Amino acid sequence: MADNITIKLKKEDNEFIEKVCASFNYSKTELINVLHQVQEHFGYLPAEVQEKIASELKMSVAKVFGVVTFYSFFTMLPKGEFPISICTGTACYVRGAEKVLDEFRKQLNIEVGQTTPDGKFSLGCLRCVGACGLAPVVMVGEKTFGRVSADKVEEILAEFR
Amino acid sequence: MADYKYDILVCGGTGCRATESELLVSNLKAELKTLQLDSEVQVVSTGCFGFCEKGPIVKIMPDNTFYTQVNASDAAEIVSEHIVKGRKVNRLLYLDPVENKNVADSKNMDFYKKQLRVALRNCGFINPENIEESIARDGYSALGTILQSITPEGVIDILKKSGLRGRGGGGFPTGIKWEMARKNNADQKYVVCNADEGDPGAFMDRSILEGDPHSVLEAMAICGYCIGATKGLIYIRAEYPLAIKRLKVAIGQAREYGLLGKNILDFGFDFDVELRYGAGAFVCGEETSLIHSMEGKRGEPTVKPPFPAESGFMNKPTIVNNVETYANIPVIINKGADWFASIGTEKSKGTKVFALAGKINNVGLIEVPMGTTLREVIFEIGGGIKNGKKFKAVQTGGPSGGCLTEKHLDIPIDFDNLIAAGSMMGSGGMIVMDEDDCMVSMAKFFLEFTVEESCGKCAPCRIGNKRLFEILTKITDGKGVKQDLTDLRNLCNVIKDTSLCGLGQTSPNPILSTMENFWHEYVDHIENHKCEAAHCRALMKYEIDEENCIGCTACARACPVAAITGSKKMPHIINQAICIKCGACMEKCKFNAVILK
Repeated sequence: MADNITIKLKKEDNEFIEKVCASFNYSKTELINVLHQVQEHFGYLPAEVQEKIASELKMSVAKVFGVVTFYSFFTMLPKGEFPISICTGTACYVRGAEKVLDEFRKQLNIEVGQTTPDGKFSLGCLRCVGACGLAPVVMVGEKTFGRVSADKVEEILAEFR
Repeated sequence: MADYKYDILVCGGTGCRATESELLVSNLKAELKTLQLDSEVQVVSTGCFGFCEKGPIVKIMPDNTFYTQVNASDAAEIVSEHIVKGRKVNRLLYLDPVENKNVADSKNMDFYKKQLRVALRNCGFINPENIEESIARDGYSALGTILQSITPEGVIDILKKSGLRGRGGGGFPTGIKWEMARKNNADQKYVVCNADEGDPGAFMDRSILEGDPHSVLEAMAICGYCIGATKGLIYIRAEYPLAIKRLKVAIGQAREYGLLGKNILDFGFDFDVELRYGAGAFVCGEETSLIHSMEGKRGEPTVKPPFPAESGFMNKPTIVNNVETYANIPVIINKGADWFASIGTEKSKGTKVFALAGKINNVGLIEVPMGTTLREVIFEIGGGIKNGKKFKAVQTGGPSGGCLTEKHLDIPIDFDNLIAAGSMMGSGGMIVMDEDDCMVSMAKFFLEFTVEESCGKCAPCRIGNKRLFEILTKITDGKGVKQDLTDLRNLCNVIKDTSLCGLGQTSPNPILSTMENFWHEYVDHIENHKCEAAHCRALMKYEIDEENCIGCTACARACPVAAITGSKKMPHIINQAICIKCGACMEKCKFNAVILK
């Protein structure tokens, strides 16, 4: 597994997963929908959560793990309080997203996929939010910043610090 | 919409919402309310107008005034000047960059002049969350017509005659696909809409779903009627929250109005639509992968045949069409196959939506008749290259398309011409590059994408693309040798020939097309250790210009590795053996004395 995070599911966590699986009639074909709802609730999909889902849907943990790791939307690591996503789609790339990403790396001192030690920021890339008119685009949580350049990075971070 | 004296249409697409168009809507409403004009003036949050570069966009009807880059704080002035006094707010009008004159009516803007909006007909005109506005613009009338008077075979005939080809990239004739699914007998069939728009830089499907969701729902129902399916599924990216929300609203309203669900319009035809969410996998745009993903599995492709039209979702005959394809269908039925076939080129009929992005003045969503040239799109509609730079290349067809150059600018765009030129239509992303873009790095960028998105099922794509990426990295790092070019070409051809699905079969295209059109850049990188666009850091040298250097020592103090030496008030020197090419000296120098070669 990606990292050695072990958690213990509480009673209400188990109940939540049971409820979600029941709402989809325990259908295996609804696995992705189940994972979406569960990740929205927990923020990520640790191994224990996947095991619980597998047992509810009566399928192997390997199958669930296979699906979780296949899709980039699902994550097994918790994200920061303010997840930062830099669009590295083609339009943003040609307008300088690489330099923006480097600046975030430098200022936060973390790599893509990591979270700052205080749990505040996590850094990620995404492929095109479709706001190419504003390229390069950076998203912090739900907020979109357009026409970002490396010298604006500090300003953006200050807003959330 | 006729009950109001004025309609203020505000773009509510993702691009404009990112620049606070929602706040603008509420400010406008509040302003109208204070002046007690809210019964005479309606504020509508519409779908995308397409002119994303100048967003947020506001259009005032009936006088067709087009305001650009409107801030939330401009609401008061628009209401007091335009609505109350009937005077246009000049400073918010579009400024024609060539004539340096304000243009009030969008019809007279270069960006819109050459466009013909078929699939985007309602985007920017209607409130997508109100089914009545859609119905007022012929929404669901095609469905009504066919249920009443045209047989399924008749509809398929219309589509075949119209020449409509799939807009998702494949370009397969839609009518023939539907006929295949119709002929396969099964107790259940499915209609799927592929809204997993994974091409970075392409946002036409999202804009259609956000701006006119009903046209897609109507077309899916038409498809259901033709092939004998009662269930429709829309596979949409989870990254498109606004499109998902608007689809949910649209499905709810359509059910309420009896346009989806049981016994549609009392003709005894049942059809309903559900949403399925993608989870971020580019390969899921491939139809067999998409079907597996909808079944809750890893989105890996399978060999065709069997085609989905024979055995698809849950092993039942399934039609998978793209959003834009569906959006064309109701118009074809309303206006007739001949009308549609009269637009476009001999083998590619109708229009195509393109997402123009990159180093171009007018970034946005455009729709032009097939056969329009790249030059018209880039220089007339797109307004040319940003900052007066020189055009270098345009990438069409997404990450697996090709880069076309100056010499291709006059070819009429259609499915076959683009393939003949070494690129492809793809879903319609068009990214423009200028003289500062290094084509080897561009190819590397696309390969990095394919390496990440390869599902890993077949070896050529999983291993081969990784090797391609490594060779390109070697070249851009200045470590390339001549043999690399031969290896690249051979490997590209093997991957194209032996990969399982469309992803691997097209992933080498960016390399092959840049090698074809920019061969000298590859050679330059390898033999002369030179990157003409000054993009590849490893091949560049920072030097100090003796003429400009005044010996202020700022660069030497900024250098993290102490590579710069020189005494005060004397020109400094960079020791190339120590320099790590971080560029800190260049940033610090106030006299333009640090130059990049």
